[in-house]
Amino acid sequence: MSANPSFTPATLLAIWRKARQINLIDEKFRGLLRSGRLAAVYYSPRGQEILAAAMGVHLQPTDYLVTTYRGIHDQLAKGIPLKPLFAEYYAKATGACKGKGGPMHITHPETGVMVTTGIVGSGLPIATGLGWASQLKKDGRVTLVTFGDGASNIGAFHEALNMAALWKLPVIFLCQNNLYGESSKYAKTTSVDNIGERAASYRMAGVTVDGNDAEAMWRAAGEAVARARAGEGPTLIEAVTFRFMGHYFGDPGAYIPKEEYEAHLARDPMPATRAAVLASGAATEAELDAYDAEVSAQIEEALQFAADSPFPDVGEIDIDVYGAAA
Amino acid sequence: MSAPATATQAKPEVITFTEAFSRALHDAMEMDPSVIMLGEDIADEEGGGIFKVTKGLSTKFGTERVKTTPISEQAIVGAAIGASLAGMRPVAEIMLMNFITVPMDQIVNHAAKLRFMSGGQTHVPITIRTRTGAGAGTGGQHSDMLEAWFAHVAGMKVVVPSTPADAYGLLLGCIFDDDPCLFIEDQLTRTQTGPVPVKGEIIPLGKAHVAREGKDVTVVGYGRPIRDAMVLADKLAGEGISVEVVDLRTVSPMDTGTVLKSVAKTGRAVVIHEAPRSFGCGAEIAARIQEELFDQLKAPVLRVASRDVTVPFSRVLEAEYLYKASGIEAAIRRTLEKRTQK
Repeated sequence: MSANPSFTPATLLAIWRKARQINLIDEKFRGLLRSGRLAAVYYSPRGQEILAAAMGVHLQPTDYLVTTYRGIHDQLAKGIPLKPLFAEYYAKATGACKGKGGPMHITHPETGVMVTTGIVGSGLPIATGLGWASQLKKDGRVTLVTFGDGASNIGAFHEALNMAALWKLPVIFLCQNNLYGESSKYAKTTSVDNIGERAASYRMAGVTVDGNDAEAMWRAAGEAVARARAGEGPTLIEAVTFRFMGHYFGDPGAYIPKEEYEAHLARDPMPATRAAVLASGAATEAELDAYDAEVSAQIEEALQFAADSPFPDVGEIDIDVYGAAA
Repeated sequence: MSAPATATQAKPEVITFTEAFSRALHDAMEMDPSVIMLGEDIADEEGGGIFKVTKGLSTKFGTERVKTTPISEQAIVGAAIGASLAGMRPVAEIMLMNFITVPMDQIVNHAAKLRFMSGGQTHVPITIRTRTGAGAGTGGQHSDMLEAWFAHVAGMKVVVPSTPADAYGLLLGCIFDDDPCLFIEDQLTRTQTGPVPVKGEIIPLGKAHVAREGKDVTVVGYGRPIRDAMVLADKLAGEGISVEVVDLRTVSPMDTGTVLKSVAKTGRAVVIHEAPRSFGCGAEIAARIQEELFDQLKAPVLRVASRDVTVPFSRVLEAEYLYKASGIEAAIRRTLEKRTQK
């Protein structure tokens, strides 16, 4: 990658397409949850689609992802196929994890989705180990670990960043700062203005970027991936964003002041990015609509697959506790 | 000890526990390039580990494969987990067992559960070596036997050796097992010796070992108290009391079959461990015995364990805390009384 690569309309469109897929799936899931047709814990990524897509376009299927319970956007950006993903939400035997992990523990090694954790901050040390293995094997893979702003206050964050910087590991620490840790405002829980500043404590490259700005996010992500692939060590990216749908599905978000919410809604990255795609000439309105229809059809097909799939056999409870040799 | 076993050294008749641990690590690294190690102070520049178990390994295998870490237990265990997901067989050293309270999240929520939660798509072949044990005057935060906590979590394997040869074979067993293993080394007996193991011979996990055959009473447990039981069995044989000693070797998953077979034969059982008595692994062993063999028992199943208090510093108090060989002997005799009374 050159020092200042050009952000082409084609790249913008690629980011839009991935972000829009995430967006359409999220809308669909929320509708299913509201109507009672889907019963699952759900942490909506609404508002965080662009940053995940702009990161994802830089990664290969062989690269590793470690994400969190609010991770469906990261998993989709990494390329996880819809059928096993949806079937896992439906707790079915055909789910990625055979219905045994559920939405908070989505795993799909074929697309590099190695761990989805339900414990804040826990993914960072594990990502450090994946990066260590890549360094030892010289396999050129990059490990992306994503987490929220709240995770940056947990001890594991500091242990992992220090170790990754010390060992120059090919790991990208992507902090998705959506301004709220569960119900608490960022400023009430975090001692620094920007989490990106924390990288300096570990002599790690660190940057704070507008995660809702496709180009800015794409540039930051590209630099981090290039640095990791070149063996020049890890990067902490703080992507500032906003979470529109509360901490969990059903959270009324009463702790977010109305004016603040509306100000963010006015800057919603999805309509803004769509407008940017059209302005760039990468696609026409009709082409974007056709894409929406194509993705919606894929979603319906995958949902049907999930709905039609059987629940796991009860005997499955004794499988995968230990390996075969146990 | 100096460098791990080399061709130039005369083969000793016996080896210590420390030599056995060291030799197992050396041989595992020699056998399989995916075996890597990490932990505080483990490389030779830092002395080869505070207990010298890893001495010589970084010099022979390189500091990329034998990595000294910061004092960061969450990162140590997390990094081991991550590397194992990418196909390595990491051995993480947590210097002392009380420090394992720090990376509990990584062990309990991740190492133990990723195989199940991923529906078998991933697994975590890590070994966590740690050291502990009361009797060395190390007080309340450097002595605890916490094995019951981990035995209670499905997906973890917990291993405690009672001889140097077992230590060698079981540590190899842990390293080449495809599940996360916790391997507990006793700090009090580290210089004690035993017969030399056969190089490369793995003792499979999940199998108990009848360390001594007998017919009157079964003593079942693991780790250091098994050594006491073996001495007692010799002594009591002189009085015509025949003691069978069953060493679990792998605490969890427990080899219930071997225990039941022994107790079905003797009709009496004394369960022993160093950890405090209450809610310890001994309660689980005793429960399994009475659930299956109630009608065949000639006496209540008794437990001998340490006291339910914090490990004290003063030798006088520490001795009062620890289980005693005399307590094991007394329990054996009680089970042999016609009517056992409290």
